[in-house]
Amino acid sequence: MKPFLSIENLTQRFPDGAGGELTVFEEATFGVEKGEFVVILGHSGCGKSTIMNILAGLAEPTSGGVIMDGQEVKGPSLDRGVVFQNYSLLPWLSTLKNVSFGVAARHPEWTKAEVEAHSTKFLAMVGLEGDVIRRKPSQLSGGMRQRVSIARAFANHPKLLLLDEPFGALDALTRGTIQDELLKIWGQMEQTVFMITHDIDEAILLADRILLMTNGPQARVAESVEITIPRPRNRTEIVEHPNYYAIRNHLVQFLGKRSKELSGKPSAPGQANTPATVRIDKAQTTEDPEDTQPALRAVNS
Amino acid sequence: MLTLSLNQRAALLSVLLLVVGLLAWEAAIPAQKAVGELTEYEILTGAGAPKAGVPPPSQVIAKAWEQLSDPFYDAGPNDKGIGIQIGYSIYRVLTGYFLAALVAIPLGFLIGMSPVAYKALNPFIQVLRPISPLAWMPLALFIIGDSEASAIFVIFICSIWPMLINTAFGVAGVREDWINVARTHELGALKTAFTVILPAAAPTIVTGMRISIGIAWLVIVAAEMLVGGTGIGYYVWNEWNNLDLTSVVFSILMIGVVGMLLDAMFGLLQRRVTYVE
Repeated sequence: MKPFLSIENLTQRFPDGAGGELTVFEEATFGVEKGEFVVILGHSGCGKSTIMNILAGLAEPTSGGVIMDGQEVKGPSLDRGVVFQNYSLLPWLSTLKNVSFGVAARHPEWTKAEVEAHSTKFLAMVGLEGDVIRRKPSQLSGGMRQRVSIARAFANHPKLLLLDEPFGALDALTRGTIQDELLKIWGQMEQTVFMITHDIDEAILLADRILLMTNGPQARVAESVEITIPRPRNRTEIVEHPNYYAIRNHLVQFLGKRSKELSGKPSAPGQANTPATVRIDKAQTTEDPEDTQPALRAVNS
Repeated sequence: MLTLSLNQRAALLSVLLLVVGLLAWEAAIPAQKAVGELTEYEILTGAGAPKAGVPPPSQVIAKAWEQLSDPFYDAGPNDKGIGIQIGYSIYRVLTGYFLAALVAIPLGFLIGMSPVAYKALNPFIQVLRPISPLAWMPLALFIIGDSEASAIFVIFICSIWPMLINTAFGVAGVREDWINVARTHELGALKTAFTVILPAAAPTIVTGMRISIGIAWLVIVAAEMLVGGTGIGYYVWNEWNNLDLTSVVFSILMIGVVGMLLDAMFGLLQRRVTYVE
């Protein structure tokens, strides 16, 4: 049984400008289940954004493919909503119009009043109400703009929501608030989410599962770390959870050291690079060092 | 102490400069010699008629008052009110201009969207653009035959380039992110063009339109001097032939005022389509 979203032997190569080819990542193979919140973590240049663009249908992989809900991903679609890092709001439209043009595209049969009511509802879900929604994006703060972008994506009920470093340009305090908003709206909608981030704490707070990428070029999705912290989560409480620092240390170790050690090794063609599953759960058993072994073995082979 | 706002101070300075300028102009024009001291011979040879000279501002103002109090009189082909003459010029400018917009904006869209079209058409644009619009006049007169239509053609050919280039530039420069927003929302090609690319490129396009209308107004005066018949350019040349310099100075001022108004209209439009990122 295939997962809801199946990424199969995805390879991306670009010409390196000197006649040769640069392999960004190869044979990446992993899945995302319906309703899952998956975060992908990795250093800059490891091809996270390229994977995101391929999932969105905005870019074509060199080889391999993506299958969502039994259908191959070909080109962009309303079924895959994207929240871009730089918000990508249309500056000449009001906040409300920025959301409603997407809703109108999703539901061409709706009346204008229905479209507006639906858009207003989703803006209210991210805390934007009243006079604010008549303003232009340039009159909003960075945090508010990203809220609009999130509202636009959720209002369309995409089968898959792609978040490309959505909080990268925001200050830490604003980021925290919007992460909470995102968790709240995600909890209400059972939305499948695939998100890129650089921020370890953000990843632990939000994700069901974190995919770890080795450094590029020839990056791989090396590990899939389950976040064994029960929901609903709260940033002040999760740090008390016994698994929190164990998971966090594992992630820091990976990004700080192992992502470099594991990088740059070409893989055999046609051999799927499936990430090793890592489950750290101190609440049930003591951390089993064997758990991290598959990833290391994959490198040695 | 009385304090004036920046605008008030600027307005005051403008008025002051105007008054000083007009007074200096008035003082610089020597008074006509009295006619009484002439010999009979001089009177017979026409020296008694007032000599043509640059008129003082007082005369120009009097002329303006006279002309503007009845701008639409029509007393035969060589004696029409300033309103009628300007009306003809504006009609020609707008006809040529809108025909040019009709061609330049869709074509600019195409060039902006397609790198192939851009590269293919660029050499033609680069060669045709620097040609003085008046250089087309003989060819236009020969091919089109009609002087009226030739003047409109000259306006068309001079207005087209800034609009074409700015539209192409604006369309090509639309942020990739906004196009991606359109793509992820499955907007069709036409919908994307009208709801994303057009508003995104509108400030650049309108800038091109504003430059074009300015050039068109510059060119119509020269074109009408050549084709004759009607129009403000013809009026200037006709008054020069009549050696009526007061009318020449007055019509020069009117050309400036109309040009300013045309520009201001596009300035308003520009303000409407401008957005802050």
